[in-house]
Amino acid sequence: MPVPEPLRPSGTPVPSRPVERFAARTAGMTASEIRALFAVASRPEVVSLAGGMPNLAALPLETLAGEVAELVARDGQVALQYGSAQGVPALREQICEVMALEGIRADPNDVVVTVGSQMALDLITRILCDPHDVVLAEGPSYVGALGSFAAYQARVVHVAMDAHGLVPDLLREALRSLAARGVIPKFLYTIPNFHNPAGVTLAVERRREVLDLCAEYGVAVLEDNPYGLLGFTGRVYPALRSMDPGVLYLGSFSKTFASGLRVGWALVPPAVRERLVLAAESATLCPPTFNQLLVSRYLAAHDWRGQIKTFTEVYRERRDAILSALETYLPDGCTWNIPDGGFYVWLTVPEGVDTKAMLPRAVTARVAYASGTGFYADGFGSRQLRLSYCYPTPERITEGVRRLAGVLEAELDVMRTFGSAARPRPELQGPQAPSPDTT
Amino acid sequence: MFHVKHDRRPDPHASIRSGENAPVTEQNSEPTVAVLAGGLSHEREVSLRSGRRLASALRGIGTVVREWDADAALIERLRTERPDAVVVALHGGEGENGSVQAVLELLGVPFVGTPAAACRRAWDKPTAKAELARAGLDTPDWVALPHATFRELGARAVLDAMVERLGLPLMVKPDQGGSALGAQVVTESADLPAAMVSCLAYADTVLAERFVHGTEVAVSVVEDGAEPRALPPVEVEAKGGVYDYTARYTPGATTFHCPARLDDAVLTALQETALTAHQLLGLRDVSRMDAVVEPDGRVQILEVNVSPGLTETSLLPTAAAAEGTDLGVLFGRLVERAIARG
Repeated sequence: MPVPEPLRPSGTPVPSRPVERFAARTAGMTASEIRALFAVASRPEVVSLAGGMPNLAALPLETLAGEVAELVARDGQVALQYGSAQGVPALREQICEVMALEGIRADPNDVVVTVGSQMALDLITRILCDPHDVVLAEGPSYVGALGSFAAYQARVVHVAMDAHGLVPDLLREALRSLAARGVIPKFLYTIPNFHNPAGVTLAVERRREVLDLCAEYGVAVLEDNPYGLLGFTGRVYPALRSMDPGVLYLGSFSKTFASGLRVGWALVPPAVRERLVLAAESATLCPPTFNQLLVSRYLAAHDWRGQIKTFTEVYRERRDAILSALETYLPDGCTWNIPDGGFYVWLTVPEGVDTKAMLPRAVTARVAYASGTGFYADGFGSRQLRLSYCYPTPERITEGVRRLAGVLEAELDVMRTFGSAARPRPELQGPQAPSPDTT
Repeated sequence: MFHVKHDRRPDPHASIRSGENAPVTEQNSEPTVAVLAGGLSHEREVSLRSGRRLASALRGIGTVVREWDADAALIERLRTERPDAVVVALHGGEGENGSVQAVLELLGVPFVGTPAAACRRAWDKPTAKAELARAGLDTPDWVALPHATFRELGARAVLDAMVERLGLPLMVKPDQGGSALGAQVVTESADLPAAMVSCLAYADTVLAERFVHGTEVAVSVVEDGAEPRALPPVEVEAKGGVYDYTARYTPGATTFHCPARLDDAVLTALQETALTAHQLLGLRDVSRMDAVVEPDGRVQILEVNVSPGLTETSLLPTAAAAEGTDLGVLFGRLVERAIARG
């Protein structure tokens, strides 16, 4: 019997561990000291101001239990079966009602339900971005978006914000500078309302300017709006999508209902929708039918607008607690924004302090935060950190800030000992542009 | 021919027949072991991974395993559930500085690992290094200084003296702790202040030692027989050049060679050194020595660990696998010894 020719040319090393021949784009997916430190944040001794976990304490769980039971009893055959890749039609109609609160007029046919809006963000990046394409994003930006952009090897160019959100002049400058090099970004990724992590909101008078600038340079706009209905003043800002039907829009029930259900959506123009549905089909076949039907029943039978108001009260109470504690405890040289909605305060610490390097000290003091560098794709943000006030009780928030103040004092003491030579390079401390601090 | 099914569950009447005070272990053929993992140290994540791996390995040999965190419920659990033995898979902090071991000793719970007093000595790196050096073992020259010394005597002057004495590059690390957290190699004087600030975020005292060039190795010592014995030395080849946290816990980021690619005489010297350090520091059951073999074959001990990592990418399991010893069987023997010790 003839011996088959070896397929591998001689001299080529045989990989000893085939399962570890990872794709180059996963090079950044490694164990990290900082991620490891967060393991401690799950312990009750630690006040975690790090994660943006929605507060579900206000949900009517008993009523929901009844809904779940009825869903299984009455519609189990449908709820537990595969469904449409685009999502349950009835839910897509209800999603349009939700979006109408922010001025969006949409056709349910243009809505694609996804496993959280994170999946929509990931899939839109997948269908729009080739490796090395440029994406514009606010600086800082949502860490989950940066993860998706990195996974598809897109390059992120940050545009700074001030207290009123994205700065149009800086956006123009970025677009012009990129165009001069022959680069047209694939899209601008923006969180206009109650930004994660910066906590700021794009001023209404800037919204048209941002849209016009992107249109002028042929850049799509990807609007991520999970917090838009969680404002503390009663004011609802018009979505960018309400001003321009070409905007790619991401919405979510994670903050207005239940994050664990993982139901989000994209509202996109028909041409994008077709590819998005195909991409979604290849990723998950269809979003979970059971969860979609549960959300649909909840929207149909319950006062979901009233529930959002309840959530808003929960978050406003916590926002007030954190602002009061910051004012009381933090050392001189710290500045922060005053969010009027959402989950986050963006804190700038005294010059020279590196919030990433300081994190172990904070963990030892039993308080956790998210250091600023995680919200930039380019290493900036070492002088910033994000505090989430959404989950802990107001008392725990106050205690957490008190501990953080002690950590900052100790870090400043060490900084004083070692002087200016110990400071991180200034170019990594933050962009040379307005920061979203207002105090 | 009859097939006899052996039911390993304890007979509920056994204690009545054999006496009310019969120990639980006489009824159960397999011991119940509590694996402690997690804790509140910076190494919680690593510890949880070690604990899961060890628990799975022990279950693989039929041991009944409970996985417990070291939290406020621990003492109550130990009192009510009364495991036959505890294995401390905690890394850093209370799991290695002797605190948890002291509590186990107070409660009279048999445990695998080093007694509290010796833990405390080994945990403090400068103390352990001094003891090793006093016994004539090589360990890189070092200085350990608290933040207050830099503050009170002037950081620049102290750092200059440090560089003058130890030279560059320097290894800067917290005086306590593991997994290379807060550790970094400093090659230029100008980078020292920033390295100090990073390091002092982990501990109040900095240990700076002469950086030793050579082959990085780890030698585990186990007491699974009559005498302590050293497992084959594992050579560490980090792909990025530095065996830092990422290199330690990212599968594929480091290549391990076991036994290390060194002369037989050096391998033997490494094993002897690890055994000497284990005994000198009063360690028990299991330990791991991290060392660098200089080009001339001299073994420089970097540190000795009382709670070696047991994760998928850790060194002790790699060494055990290389000599064909199952991790569950190895720790099963250590558990037996702990129970026998009482």
